[in-house]
Amino acid sequence: MTRPRVLILHSPGTNRDAETLRALELAGAEVEIAHVRDVRAGSVSLVGCRAVVLPGGFGYGDALGAGVLQALDLTTWLQDAVGTFVGRGGRVLGICNGFQTLVKSGLLDDGCEPAKPGNRAVTLTHNERGHFECRWVHMAPAADCAADWLRGLSMPIFCPVAHGEGRFLTRGSDTLNHLAAQGRIALRYVQADGGAAAGSYPHNPNGSAGDVAGICSPDGLVVGFMPHPEDHLLSRHSPVPVPVDAMGFRLFEAFVEAL
Amino acid sequence: MASSISYWTASTVIRLEIRGGLGHRARAVTAQLPFLGLAAIGACEATAVYFLDADLDDDALEFLCARLLRDPVTETAAWMRDPRDNAGSPAAVEVARKRGVTDTETRVLENALVRLGLPPARAARATRYEFAGAPGDEDLHRIARNLLCNATTERYAVGWLQPEFEEGAGHSSRCETIPVRDLTDVRLAALSRDRGLALSLDEMQVIRQAFRDFGRDPTDVELETLAQTWSEHCQHKTFKARIRFRHEDPQGRTIGTETIDGIFDTCIRAVNCEVAKTWLVSVFEDDAGVIRFTDDLDLAFKVETHNHPSALDPFGGAHTGVGGVVRDVLGVSARPIAATDVLCFGPPDLPDAEVPAGTLHPRRIRAGVVRGIGDYGNKLGLPTLSGAIVYDRGYVSNPLVYCGCIGIAPHGAHPTAAEVGDLVVALGGRTGLDGLHGATFSSADLAEDTRETQGSAVQIGDPILEKGLMELLGQARDEQLYTAVTDCGAGGFSSAIGEMGEELGVEVHLDRIRVKYPDLAPWELWLSEAQERMVVAVPPARLARLQALADHWEVELSVLGKFTGDRELHIRHEGRTVGRLPMDFVHHGWPRPELNAFHREPSTCDPAGTPWTDGDQALKTLLTHPSVASKEAVIRTFDHEVRGGTLVRPLTGPCQDGPADGVVFEPLEAAGSGRAVAVAQGINPMLGLHDPYAMGGSAVDEAIRNLVCAGADPDHIALLDNFCWGNPTLPDRLGALVRAAQGCRDAALALQAPFISGKDSLYNEYAGEPIPGTLLISGIGIVPDVDRCMTAHAKHSGSLLFVLGDTRAELGGSLLHCLYGLSGGVSPVTEAAFGNRYRALHGLIRSGSVLSAHDASEGGLALAAVEMALAGRVGMDLDLTAVHADPWHALFSESNGRILIEVDPEAVGVVTDACRDLPLLRLGRLGGERVLMRHEGTVHVDAAVEALAACWRGAEM
Repeated sequence: MTRPRVLILHSPGTNRDAETLRALELAGAEVEIAHVRDVRAGSVSLVGCRAVVLPGGFGYGDALGAGVLQALDLTTWLQDAVGTFVGRGGRVLGICNGFQTLVKSGLLDDGCEPAKPGNRAVTLTHNERGHFECRWVHMAPAADCAADWLRGLSMPIFCPVAHGEGRFLTRGSDTLNHLAAQGRIALRYVQADGGAAAGSYPHNPNGSAGDVAGICSPDGLVVGFMPHPEDHLLSRHSPVPVPVDAMGFRLFEAFVEAL
Repeated sequence: MASSISYWTASTVIRLEIRGGLGHRARAVTAQLPFLGLAAIGACEATAVYFLDADLDDDALEFLCARLLRDPVTETAAWMRDPRDNAGSPAAVEVARKRGVTDTETRVLENALVRLGLPPARAARATRYEFAGAPGDEDLHRIARNLLCNATTERYAVGWLQPEFEEGAGHSSRCETIPVRDLTDVRLAALSRDRGLALSLDEMQVIRQAFRDFGRDPTDVELETLAQTWSEHCQHKTFKARIRFRHEDPQGRTIGTETIDGIFDTCIRAVNCEVAKTWLVSVFEDDAGVIRFTDDLDLAFKVETHNHPSALDPFGGAHTGVGGVVRDVLGVSARPIAATDVLCFGPPDLPDAEVPAGTLHPRRIRAGVVRGIGDYGNKLGLPTLSGAIVYDRGYVSNPLVYCGCIGIAPHGAHPTAAEVGDLVVALGGRTGLDGLHGATFSSADLAEDTRETQGSAVQIGDPILEKGLMELLGQARDEQLYTAVTDCGAGGFSSAIGEMGEELGVEVHLDRIRVKYPDLAPWELWLSEAQERMVVAVPPARLARLQALADHWEVELSVLGKFTGDRELHIRHEGRTVGRLPMDFVHHGWPRPELNAFHREPSTCDPAGTPWTDGDQALKTLLTHPSVASKEAVIRTFDHEVRGGTLVRPLTGPCQDGPADGVVFEPLEAAGSGRAVAVAQGINPMLGLHDPYAMGGSAVDEAIRNLVCAGADPDHIALLDNFCWGNPTLPDRLGALVRAAQGCRDAALALQAPFISGKDSLYNEYAGEPIPGTLLISGIGIVPDVDRCMTAHAKHSGSLLFVLGDTRAELGGSLLHCLYGLSGGVSPVTEAAFGNRYRALHGLIRSGSVLSAHDASEGGLALAAVEMALAGRVGMDLDLTAVHADPWHALFSESNGRILIEVDPEAVGVVTDACRDLPLLRLGRLGGERVLMRHEGTVHVDAAVEALAACWRGAEM
C-alpha cells in the first residue's frame, strides 16, 4: 500500500510543524515539510501531493492579525499553485494558525473568490476573554459536515486549544445558518459528554459563534479548525484518562485514510 | 510625555483608522479604570491607527484595507489626509512606540505594501483610546501614564498623536580618545559615573595604570569594552571576590570569622568536585549547563534573570528575558524545547498611595511581565511549562523575572574550538541604539529617575526572527558549518566577540555591522544590545553554505572579522584602529575585589503563644495568600502543550486546576527513548528573611523533592542556582548571601546533586531597600520510564495517605509565621538521610505502587494534604497525632524531606516493606467530601473540599 504524500507548509513563525508531521506519519502518510519560499520558487511542487497541511504557529508573528500575512502569501505567491491543487481535488487542512490563514485568504469563504478576501463573511478574531489561552477542549464533528472523513469519528476529540485569536464570528445573522445548511460547519466545541457547549466557557473556550471550532469548504476538501489534535497522539499525552477514540490521533487517521 | 516633535509636515502623510478589532484591549482598559477611581469615565474604545508617508489615492487605500488591514467581519476603516487639530475629537489618548524600539508590525506593513504592488512608503502606527464619559485632560494624562503608556518604550498624546517614522537617529561616527592617564582619583570616579561605566575606583585606577604603561590614553571604544567586560553582570565579581566573613550568634557574639576564597569556588564549584556524576557534560563552562539524557542526546538548561528591565518596561523586559535565555541555549548548540518562568512581584492589592515614585504598580508589572513571557515563548513555539510566583512587599520596586530555557542536542555536537583564520560572523537582527549599557545598568541600584536615564537599556524582542535563528543554527550545527558559537547578550558584540576571541585574538571591523540606521558611533555599534543576534566562528570554506542557509531562513549574515592568533582584541572602523588591547588584560586585568560580610543568626526560640487558635482559619489564610493560591489565570496564557510532548502539566487533577510539584515532558527528538524530562523549582524567600542558610538548603531539597514526586530518578538530577540579591558591597547583604550559598552547598552535597549552571543578579535595591535575598534553585531530572510519571492530586476514595519523612518543630521562617507577623523559631534542616527516602519513593513509583505523591513544604503537611484533596476533588480524614506532639507543628511545621503519598490498600505491604527503615506514617484514608484533620482527638480542620478549592481559586489574578 502506498502512503499518500502530504506536504506541510512552513512559513516564518510556524511552530507546530514537527508534531503535525509526527501525527501524519503515525497515521500512515508520507510527509514532507516545505518552506513557503520553496513552493513559491517551484523547487517544491504540490503535484503528486494528496493534501497540503497548514500547521499551527505564529506566521510572521501574527503581525497585522493572525494569519493575515500567510494569507497574503497564499493569494499572491502561491495563488496559482494552490488554486491548481484545490481545483484538482487536493485536500487542504489548516490547524490553528493554518485555519486562521485559510479563513483570512478567503479559501474557506462562502462564494467568495480567493482574489477578493476583503468580502469574506467569516472571521477568526480575538478570544472573548481578550488573551491567549491554553486548555483542553472537546470537539465533535457537526452533523451533515461536508468533510465526510470527519463524520467517521465515533466520539468527540479531546485535545488542547492554544490561541489568542480563535473566536469564530460571521457577518450577518444568517451566515451561521447558511453555513450549517451547506454542511460547512466541520467541528463544534462540546462538553465532555458530547452535549452542546451552548456558548458556555470553558467548553467553548473563546466565545465562538455557534460553538464553531472548525469549518470546511462546500465540497469538504478544505478544512480548518482551531484545536490541536496533534498534541494528543498517545494516551499518555492526555491530562485525564479518556477512551482511545477521543485521542486526537483518530482525527489524523481518518484524514489520511480519506486521501 | 507628549511628543513635541512634529513630523507632520509632508502633506502625503495618511492617517488610517481601523475600528472594531481591539475590543478585547478596550475591555481590559475599562476593567482597570476603577483602580484609578475613574470608573465613572465609562467604557473605553480602542482603535488601531496607521500612518503612511505615501502618495496613495482612495482606491489604493481601499485596496490596502480590503486585502490587509481591515477585517470585513469585525472592522471598519476610515482615513484622512489632512488632520488639523483636536477640535471636535472625543476625549482620547493615542500611544505609540518610541522611535528605535522594535516594531515588527510597521516593518511588515512596509514590506506588504510593495507585495501588493502599491508605492513604497514609510509606516508608523499608534493605538487610540477613546472614553465615553468625556474625561478632562488631567484624567486622560493619568489614564495614559497609569494604564496605557509605558514611558520607557512608548510615548503618548492626548488627542491626536503626531507620527514619527523610523530614521537615522545616531550620534556621531567619531571615535574619541578619553584622557585618563592624568586624572585624579576624584575625576576617575566622576568619569565612571558620568559615562555610566559602573566601574569602581579600584578598577578605574587599574585602567589608568594600564594606559600609563601602554603610553597612551584609551579610546571610548576601549574604555566601554573594559566597563562591559569587567561589569558585575559579565564577570560575577562578587561571587569571585575574597570575602572576610564574620558570623554572629543571635546575641551578637562572634561565632567565627573566616576568609571565603570566592563564593563560586567554595560553594558552587566545590559541590561538583565531590559529586562527580558520569552524566555531566558541560558545567559552568558555557552559556548553559549540559547533561546526558539518552545515549545519543544531551539536555541543556539555563536560567537567567531580567529584573531591572522588567521593572522599567514589564512587557519588554520579560519579552527580551525569554529571548535572551533562549539564545543562551542556542549558544551551546542545543535546540530550545521548553521554557520556565519564576516571578516575584509586590502585592497585587497594594494601595496606589504606597507605590514609590518611579515605580509601576505591581498589578501593572505582573500584567506586562506575564504578557511578555507568553508572547515570546508562545510565538517561538516553546512550551512554558514550569514556574512559580511569589508575592511580597519587598518586590514592589524590584520585581524578579527568572526566565529559563531547556534545550536538546545530539551528544557531542557542540563545537567549541574556533581556529586561527576562522571568520567572525554575526547572524540575526540589525544593530541600533538599543540596550546600550545593559550590562552596566543591571550592575547598579534602581532609582527614581532610572527610567529617564537608562530607558534605552530596555528593548522589545522579535520572536519570529529568533525562530529563524533557531532553525538556521540547528541546521548549521548538523552540517558542521561553525567551529564556535555564542549569544549576543549583555555587552553586545563586545562581550560575545571578546569572549570568543579570548584564546586566539580577534580582529573586528565595526563598519561591517548591519545597522538599523546610519551614524552610530563606533562604541555604540560595539556595545549595542540589540536583540536576536548570535555570533559564530566559521571556516572560510563553509561560509557560502552558511550564507545559503541564512538566506533560506531569512536571517541576515555579516562577516565582521577573523580570529588572528595574536591574542589581541583589535577593533577597526572605517579603515582606522579604534581599539587595540591585549586579551589577557581585557578578561583578567580587573582587580579581584575584597569584600566584608557579616551575618547574625536568628533567634531559635519559638514566639511565645500562638495567635492562631483555629486550624480552619489558619489554613484558609494560607490558601488565599497570593503566593499559595491558584496561578491558573497566569498559567493558561502560556502554551504548555506545543511540541506535543507534555506529560505532567502545571495544572493537574480531574478538573485540570490543581497544583503540580514538577512538570514532565517527552521531547519530540527523544520519542521512542522511553525517557522523559522533569523540571521543578525550589524557592522560599520568606524563609530567607529569617535564615538564609535554611533557605539555601530548603530550596535545594524542595526542587529535588518536586522532581522525585513527578517521577524523576533522584540520582539523575542536576541543579541551577540563581541568586537575586541586594547591594553586595554592604556587609549585611553579603553576609546573608554567603549563608544562603553555604546552605545550598551543604544540601547539594547531602543529596548528591551537582550544579550545572547559575547566575546572580545583584544590586536589586531601591532607595536603600533591598529585595528579600532570593535564591531560586531550578532542577532538571530524568524520568527513566515515560509511562511512570507521577502527579500530586489525590486519585481515589478508599486509598490511604502516608507521610514519608519525620516532622520536627521547625516553624522558624515558615509561611505561617510570615502571615501572622511572627519571628523566631528553628528553621528546617536538610540531611543526607533524605536521599534514601527519595530513592525508596522512586522505586515505588517505578513499580507502580503509589497513586500520587506530593511534597510538603510551605504551609506544612496541612496545606500539602489540602492541595492533594482539592486538586483531586476527594476528601480525606487524617489523624496527625503521631506526626508531632504539638498540633500546630504537626499541621504547619515546614520540615524538609517529607512527601505525602497515596497508596491503594492492596499496595500497603509493598510500600511499608520498601520504607521499613524510613520514617513512614499512616495518616488516614481518602474519601467523602470533607477534609478532616485530627490531633489527640481534637478536630483542628474540618472543611468541604469544594470550599477549599473555591478558597484556593478565589485569589486569582
